[in-house]
Amino acid sequence: MYEYSDFDAAFVAERNRQFRAQVERRLAGSLTEDEFRPLRLMNGLYLQLHAYMLRVAIPYGTLRSAQMRQLAYIADRWDKGYGHFTTRQNIQFNWPKLTDVPDILEALAQVEMHSIQTSGNTIRNVTADHFAGAAADEIEDPRPVAELIRQWSTDHPEFQFLPRKFKIAVTGAPADRAVTASNDIGVRTVLNDRGEMGYQILVGGGLGRTPMVARVIRDFLPKADLLPYLEAIVSTYNLMGRRDNKFKARIKITVFENGLESFRDAVEAKFALYRSQFGGADQYLLAEIKAAFAPPAFRNAPVDAYDAGLAADAAFRTWAGTNLTAHRNDSHAIVTVSLKAHGETPGDASSDQMRLLADLADDYGYGELRISHEQNVILPHVHKSDLPVLFARLQQAGLATANAGLLSDIIACPGMDYCTLATARSIPVAQKLALHFKALGLEEEIGALKIKISGCINACGHHHVGHIGILGLDRAGVENYQVTLGGDHTENAAIGERAGPGFAYDEIVPAIERLLRAYLDLRGNASETFIETFRRLGAAPFKAALYPAETEDRDAA
Amino acid sequence: MSRRYIPKVVTANDLAMGDVVYLTADDRWSRHHHEAELIEDEAHAQLRLLNASAQKLLVVGPYLADAKAGPNGPEPIHFRETFRTRGPSNYVHGKQQDAARESTNV
Ligand code: SF4
Repeated sequence: MYEYSDFDAAFVAERNRQFRAQVERRLAGSLTEDEFRPLRLMNGLYLQLHAYMLRVAIPYGTLRSAQMRQLAYIADRWDKGYGHFTTRQNIQFNWPKLTDVPDILEALAQVEMHSIQTSGNTIRNVTADHFAGAAADEIEDPRPVAELIRQWSTDHPEFQFLPRKFKIAVTGAPADRAVTASNDIGVRTVLNDRGEMGYQILVGGGLGRTPMVARVIRDFLPKADLLPYLEAIVSTYNLMGRRDNKFKARIKITVFENGLESFRDAVEAKFALYRSQFGGADQYLLAEIKAAFAPPAFRNAPVDAYDAGLAADAAFRTWAGTNLTAHRNDSHAIVTVSLKAHGETPGDASSDQMRLLADLADDYGYGELRISHEQNVILPHVHKSDLPVLFARLQQAGLATANAGLLSDIIACPGMDYCTLATARSIPVAQKLALHFKALGLEEEIGALKIKISGCINACGHHHVGHIGILGLDRAGVENYQVTLGGDHTENAAIGERAGPGFAYDEIVPAIERLLRAYLDLRGNASETFIETFRRLGAAPFKAALYPAETEDRDAA
Repeated sequence: MSRRYIPKVVTANDLAMGDVVYLTADDRWSRHHHEAELIEDEAHAQLRLLNASAQKLLVVGPYLADAKAGPNGPEPIHFRETFRTRGPSNYVHGKQQDAARESTNV
């Protein structure tokens, strides 16, 4: 796995030293809050509703076991014994004291982690497919290129004050598990007609106030041209992007207002220039990075124990059915460890759970862990013969919930339980939905379903691309929940459509129950998923289920 | 006739801890909403906010929040402010944790 170079280590140490001095100056009064705020945000430190919050980057969602252990240590020593994994593959600590943050940053640096560019109008933590390096359908591991982008974008002198924040996601597989189309730039690894590998480049995606699916700006970009092309896009945006209106400052608006064609022309003109300036230096670097991401030496051993486990243990069989994904090595599997136990907070892991996951990664997973944008933890390479004992150890820690991809595998942002920007809570809605459908015993029958919940229009909970999206709003001083239907987070990304008026806090769970009972009645057969039924029938029958009284009124009129 | 002024409290976050605090009538920062000064006059509210904003070494981001009189002192009106008096709803953390600790210590 990639390890810091001397340059990386010195850079992070210097930034931490600077921040320690900045905190001291703030506490002594020589920096005002107005002066200090941008400095703390540059280091991922927010002030939330009840406390400070430190956001730590997990580049492309990849963690070593030692890093996971250090996160557990930080949670115990300086926080309340847990951390929250986010849809941007970051971890957030919800309760640090300002005075402790310099020590926390130092503890992070010890394991080559930091909080730099997790806030501000910069290029943020680069995200990637959480099955990277393991998935059976993968063309190429996207992480070396994601690391190259991370190095290029970190402290990039021209891109520290962009019009607005900037997000890049990379996938190396045709199945898009990184929601690339909702990013400012999406990088998709593709093969052209001649079988050559390259990238399809998407631009101008984003959720939030004005949700847009990214558009293809370059259908096929030769691999070696990636960085100059990205530099061309970001510098074009840096010039053309609006700085007069925060709500029109994202690149999606720049592309929309100028038109894709003229934006592309401006990018291509710059690209022609940059391409020769880069002169291939980045490709040497990439070759070095690649070596650091070489796959582990996959163990070759019989898988009889796995087959025996499947035959003997129904709980294991159920879990294997939902939480395992095909690995590119036949004798291995990708394990999704659900952080969505029914009634628990989506994406939260206690320090004990983090330590156990680190141990399991060491014992059965070549020391590797991943964090998914769906707020789960992934053990990317587990030999199948180890799965029964792994499952047993997960069970003991409450981490064996067999719900990956099911109703209760909900994305929920922190919402008004933590976030200052929130207009309503999201966590308790996720908790109530999971418990309610578990009590009804309908979760397995309903099958594959993506519910995504955000606590305000900023859409950190990706509600627009949920099959069912829930957006918490403040309607005249009361929490109100708007439902969107038919969103899609995959390579066929789509923004869900608003179903109608919102529901009160106490009405949202019954409304979703009506919706899903309608689906069970309407589906063609038991294998037709919610989203397939929705696509076949359109929104009308689902809206009728959500708003029965109104439909009757209209019928009567 | 101008509309009746909705009473206010001055609230902020503690600089070092981040915890929610309220300005009291005797110029302390209390961790309890019910100890806040309930300000019924708009001009006085602006003065108190200015006073709070000057305390840069103690608090961050002071603002005026709507409140109403209650049996034990001022109470919040908006749900956001109610949450700020308690802490998150998914764990007994924040002020509700402190309250639980205090009551078990008695
Ligand atoms: S969607 Fe809104 S409430 Fe949720 S974390 Fe993002 S900014 Fe906060």
